[in-house]
Amino acid sequence: MARAAMAPTQTALPRQARWRGMIADWSSDQRAFKGVSWGKAMMWVFLLSDTFVFGCFLLSYMTARMSTVEPWPNPSEVFALTIGGAEIPLILIAIMTFVLITSSGTMAMAVNFAYRRDRRRTAILMLVTALLGAGFVGMQAFEWTKLIEEGVRPWGNPWGAPQFGATFFMITGFHGTHVTIGVIFLLIIARKVWRGDFDRGAKGFFTSRSGRYEIVEITGLYWHFVDLVWVFIFAFFYLW
Amino acid sequence: MATTIHGHGPAETVPPAETADVELYHPHSWITRYVFSQDAKVIAIQYSLTAMAIGFVALFLSWLMRLQLAFPGALEFIDADAYYQYITMHGMIMVVYLLTALFLGGFGNYLIPLMLGARDMAFPYANMLSYWIYLLAVLVLVASFFTSDGPTGAGWTLYPPQAILPNTPGQDLGIVLMLVSLALFIIGFTMGGLNYVVTVLQGRARGMTLMRMPLTIWGIFTATVMALLAFPALFVGAVMMLFDRLLGTSFFMPAIVQMGEQLSYGGGSPILFQHLFWFFGHPEVYIVALPAFGIVSDLIATHARKNIFGYRMMVWAIVIIGALSFIVWAHHMYVSGMNPYFGFFFATTTLIIAVPTAIKVYNWVLTLWRGDIHFTPPMLFAIGFIVTFLNGGLTGMFLGNVVVDVPLSDTMFVVAHFHMVMGVAPILVIFGAIYHWYPKITGRMFNDLLAKLHFWVTFLGAYLIFFPMHYLGLLGIPRRYYEMGETAFVPASTVTLNEFITITALVVGAAQFLFLFNMFWSLRHGRPAGGNPWRATTLEWQTPQTPPAHGNWGRELPVVYRWAYDYSVPGAAEDFIPQNQPPSPTERREAAT
Ligand code: HEM
Ligand SMILES: [Cu+2]
Repeated sequence: MARAAMAPTQTALPRQARWRGMIADWSSDQRAFKGVSWGKAMMWVFLLSDTFVFGCFLLSYMTARMSTVEPWPNPSEVFALTIGGAEIPLILIAIMTFVLITSSGTMAMAVNFAYRRDRRRTAILMLVTALLGAGFVGMQAFEWTKLIEEGVRPWGNPWGAPQFGATFFMITGFHGTHVTIGVIFLLIIARKVWRGDFDRGAKGFFTSRSGRYEIVEITGLYWHFVDLVWVFIFAFFYLW
Repeated sequence: MATTIHGHGPAETVPPAETADVELYHPHSWITRYVFSQDAKVIAIQYSLTAMAIGFVALFLSWLMRLQLAFPGALEFIDADAYYQYITMHGMIMVVYLLTALFLGGFGNYLIPLMLGARDMAFPYANMLSYWIYLLAVLVLVASFFTSDGPTGAGWTLYPPQAILPNTPGQDLGIVLMLVSLALFIIGFTMGGLNYVVTVLQGRARGMTLMRMPLTIWGIFTATVMALLAFPALFVGAVMMLFDRLLGTSFFMPAIVQMGEQLSYGGGSPILFQHLFWFFGHPEVYIVALPAFGIVSDLIATHARKNIFGYRMMVWAIVIIGALSFIVWAHHMYVSGMNPYFGFFFATTTLIIAVPTAIKVYNWVLTLWRGDIHFTPPMLFAIGFIVTFLNGGLTGMFLGNVVVDVPLSDTMFVVAHFHMVMGVAPILVIFGAIYHWYPKITGRMFNDLLAKLHFWVTFLGAYLIFFPMHYLGLLGIPRRYYEMGETAFVPASTVTLNEFITITALVVGAAQFLFLFNMFWSLRHGRPAGGNPWRATTLEWQTPQTPPAHGNWGRELPVVYRWAYDYSVPGAAEDFIPQNQPPSPTERREAAT
């Protein structure tokens, strides 16, 4: 590609000149990030903003957990499942995490095939990703039901600090909503890929301009982000 | 590398186009052209008109409050509850729904594509949605006036626990509508904000380097980035408070006994809300101030026919202020019961912010210094801004110090301070900016005499209203009190002073109708303005049509050769050189050496 051909000249420069070159490039005309399309730049900026949303949620959760005077329920007991008579801690969460991370893999493959214009495989892989995502949300629904049956409510629970249920439902709910929105986007775009909209220059998603295969990658960015956020929720909520 | 442009002097070579010309959406009907429009200019006008309409509601509320403060009991429908509702709605509308929406949604939309030489925003469709969600947020907010117990009276800071406790006015529906409306506002803003950021970063014309952008764009851009990072905290706070109110969670609610009755809440942290709120709330001050800073710089340079003093410094000051303003939020919480060491930290960062801010003020003054100052209405408002902002900034130095703040906290001194610095000052810039760009937006000049009258009444009036409040605050008159009654320490003279303030406030409020009248009258009867009545350098004045047509530019996008401040260049034929004018032979020779 054209960009690769330009790369070697950079390596020979001394460090200071490299820095100056980078700043000059960055502040040069037309584009700050060379070769980054508008859609991709938008998704990155949005994800930065969304990071602050999740950051605030998680920090609030930590504050609540640290400042409450009542004992915090033990996550490995609360989130254990009894399978075949044995109580296995965090088994459902482990499966959910595995499913979500797998879906990131299929998503990455879909992006690859999209750029090769392999419509069938792209659409199928996006569908698989959406299915895994839906599976994740389904398991989350199962977990919610189980906890609700055991008496966990946003305003209280049988084991200790009421903030446990409040933060649990709020944070997993907010993340689950993100996954659900992702699934819907995946389905819409998979359909467009399947019909060949992006070869015909038909109107794209969320715009009045004609769509491009790049939208698959942009959706992928969102999907990986949601995945990454889950890792933090997993670490801070379930493992702490 | 050879094509990279360093600095902002006129350069001969302009790099080839990197971005393909965008595919424009062409409206097919009146509705898609003017109502569900995807053209940033139309969206800008929609934003501005909505913001001004709701702003007049807030102005009207301030009249009612002032009437109550000067003539307690004269208006029977104002009781303590109503007074709280008025201050809450007045404060929130002014800060969020008027100033933020007008600066970013209004000026951002109008000026970013035009000043940068783009055809439109990067994502016109999301931009359109942004406005409609904003309108919905406004309507939800207005709806709370019509609920059975009225809008919330929690104060614009919405502090829990009292915001959602029984006996606070609007506890039933008002607070819910307020929180929902804020959440909607944030969602709508995010859609617009992504547009502004991406258009500035990725959608500029050939030759428009970051260091050639007019300071207006720097201000709006930095403010938008800040808003995208600060609003999340408010969003999260609003969601959690909604849960506390509707689901009975206790995020912010400690155990409470009210009227001898133990409420079902317990274990939450009201201070947590304050942190979330002010993590948004302080940057918010600069979200309205930075666009104002930028616009004022351009007004001053244009109307004093001089290049802005220290452009680079001005840019860095904007960026540094933006960054620092994320680590000062707890100066609003000195009396909240934080750890005193926090107070020390936040007082230090607060005082550090004064440095880049002072640099900006010096640079404005130095730009005016020996300039060819034209006292046009935009220039008058710009000078008015500098004075008021300086004033508010100096009282900020008092409030930023913990020991000085503690006795002044929650007094009228604070009201005077923030009205000067983030009330009057940005409003003056808004007026100046509207007068400045009105000829471009409508193609006609406003009435100069009316505009000057408007300025003097507003500017002097604002001082007469808010200056005495410093004194009231030093006397110890608390803020958010709907009447003082028979309070021993309050001298009788304050009653007269309050009456004076109120009468001035009524006059100043009425003067705003001069402005409205001028705007509407001049639409029809103003004299045609021509394309560039102020003889300004920036691109929006160089459009082929005035008002600019759909797509802004003719067949070719403009090419930029120089920075935005080539005023009174020695040896040039005119006292301004537009940004898209190629370098003259002399300039070319100089650039070569
Ligand atoms: C004609 C102009 C204005 C007048 C006469 C006015 C008057 C007032 C009054 C009387 C109060 C209540 C003071 C108290 O009892 O605590 C108040 C509060 C407030 N005003 Fe204004 N105001 C004006 C313009 C503005 C503007 C332009 C802003 C924009 C930032 C603004 C923002 C606020 C805020 C944030 C509060 C605090 C509300 C609260 O305590 O919750 N005001 N104003
Ligand atoms: Cu502050």
